[in-house]
Amino acid sequence: MDCWNKKIETLGREDIERMQLSSLKELVAKLYERSPCYHARMRDSGILPGDIRSLDDVRRLPTMTKTDLRDNYPDRLFIAEPEDIIRYHVSSGTTGKPTVVGYTRNDIENWSESLARSFSSFGLGKRDVIQVSNGYGLFSGGLGMHYGAEKLGAAVVPASTGGTKKQIDLIKDLSVTAIACTPSYLVHMAEVAEGMGLDFRNDTRMRAAILGAEPWSENMRSHIEGKMGIKAQNCYGASELSGPLFTECTEQDGIHIWGDLCLVEVVDPETGEHVGDGERGELVFTMLRREALPIIRYRIGDLSEITWEKCSCGRTHPRLQRVTGRVDDMIIIRGINVFPSQVEHVLGEIDEVTQQYMIIVESRGVMDNMAVQVELDPKAFTDDILALRAISSKVAKALQEVLNVKVDVQLMEPGSLPRFEGKAKRVMDKRVMM
Amino acid sequence: MPQRHVIKQISVFVNNEPGRLAKIARMLSEEGIDICAFNIAEASGFGVFRAIVREPDKAYQRLKERGVIVKETEVIAIPMQDRPGGLFEAAAVLGEEGINIEYGYAYSGKAGATFFIRVDDTDSAIKALLDRGMVLMQEGDL
Repeated sequence: MDCWNKKIETLGREDIERMQLSSLKELVAKLYERSPCYHARMRDSGILPGDIRSLDDVRRLPTMTKTDLRDNYPDRLFIAEPEDIIRYHVSSGTTGKPTVVGYTRNDIENWSESLARSFSSFGLGKRDVIQVSNGYGLFSGGLGMHYGAEKLGAAVVPASTGGTKKQIDLIKDLSVTAIACTPSYLVHMAEVAEGMGLDFRNDTRMRAAILGAEPWSENMRSHIEGKMGIKAQNCYGASELSGPLFTECTEQDGIHIWGDLCLVEVVDPETGEHVGDGERGELVFTMLRREALPIIRYRIGDLSEITWEKCSCGRTHPRLQRVTGRVDDMIIIRGINVFPSQVEHVLGEIDEVTQQYMIIVESRGVMDNMAVQVELDPKAFTDDILALRAISSKVAKALQEVLNVKVDVQLMEPGSLPRFEGKAKRVMDKRVMM
Repeated sequence: MPQRHVIKQISVFVNNEPGRLAKIARMLSEEGIDICAFNIAEASGFGVFRAIVREPDKAYQRLKERGVIVKETEVIAIPMQDRPGGLFEAAAVLGEEGINIEYGYAYSGKAGATFFIRVDDTDSAIKALLDRGMVLMQEGDL
């Protein structure tokens, strides 16, 4: 096993939890002293820094949500001295007021350390050439990956988004061995490359992709790995937590969450109470070493589960299973909860269609109507209209079985649905809210 | 030789939205391809555009190069005499032979009207029709 930081990465659970408790105590004491907002919150909850005696006491602390960051725009939650801030990232604010994350030098250092450990866990190192095709700028994805890859000692190609043909040329000409981007962009890139007569497997040295920033499925992973002959590694992070932070190792069996940097809890999204070991729920993050913007018991809205079982790779830190949905991505159709990830999963199991899809929800009278547009796989095209209709019925039936909602399925011409270079927006909710 | 009587038709998958047919028609015209006859089969949300063109192989290649989802399919062209019962005779022969007509459409050209049919067994259909003395058109006749 090639570790970036073997001592830390293979610590026993007790040692990790001891580190977590000591960092948590320190963090809470600092917050109580320096953050007027958090000070008031703690008083309201009737808890003082001295009350944190075990790791379990974390659940007595108040939680934070994105709303807290927005309400305290731009920097009222920061606890570092202004002169110690060396960078800002700002979220796009598409769902409300933007949120600002500030970083001290140590914040950037810990962020890069986290990624350097993750990159080495699936075999990247200083000999690699990593193309960063996440957006650079206010979005934390591009620069985060960039600093992580530089920390690792790899060569970075800061391609950012767009200019797909040029990106493909660079991959070939600079012997790029790994790429960081969104899964849908990589699929788009593979399609464009095919049109250019380039085959990733034989014409490039690419062997791994670090994929995140949008939900994707195991089906999409096998599609990408099969088509491009590379390893597709799942990456987890969020701008509030710094940016992209953690990935899977070679085993591809859960994302290693570095416990010395981050404490993750899983709670019931309704009650906020801890769920049982290995149960699915909403993730709650505490960034134990954050200096500029403290993130403590942050309810991120992602649904998943964690395990402390030691990974076959030898690393001991808790592992996060695939995120299966977002508390706020959930669409409620006729009173039933539907997650886009479920739709993607169903589509992935049907050969005659691709995984390019859109969900359209409309009001039909007083009822909700859900339609799924999905691109036909070119190989499945036939002149026989009955056979084509059988494909859409098959998809509709499979969706209804999984979602418990009737779905209208519309087969689409391959290439006709929108491709996304950033976060995929696959749900169009046209319902009239009354 | 039934093969000579097989007419190649091109079939294209199209989304059922405004402008889709125009897009295909424009591509064919840009490639200098003449459409003799066409038909659109529609299902919920999508359709299949089928056309008899002067140079089907070229049309197929060009559309494919432009990223269109296209297939070549085989149909039979039956000239319609200006007398009652022409279509009936052909249909009756195929019925007796147990050959199913999947769809059909017609066009009226210089040499009169022609009926194009797609059957589930093209070779047997051609053989049966020729055996009964019926006239079938060939690629060059169109």
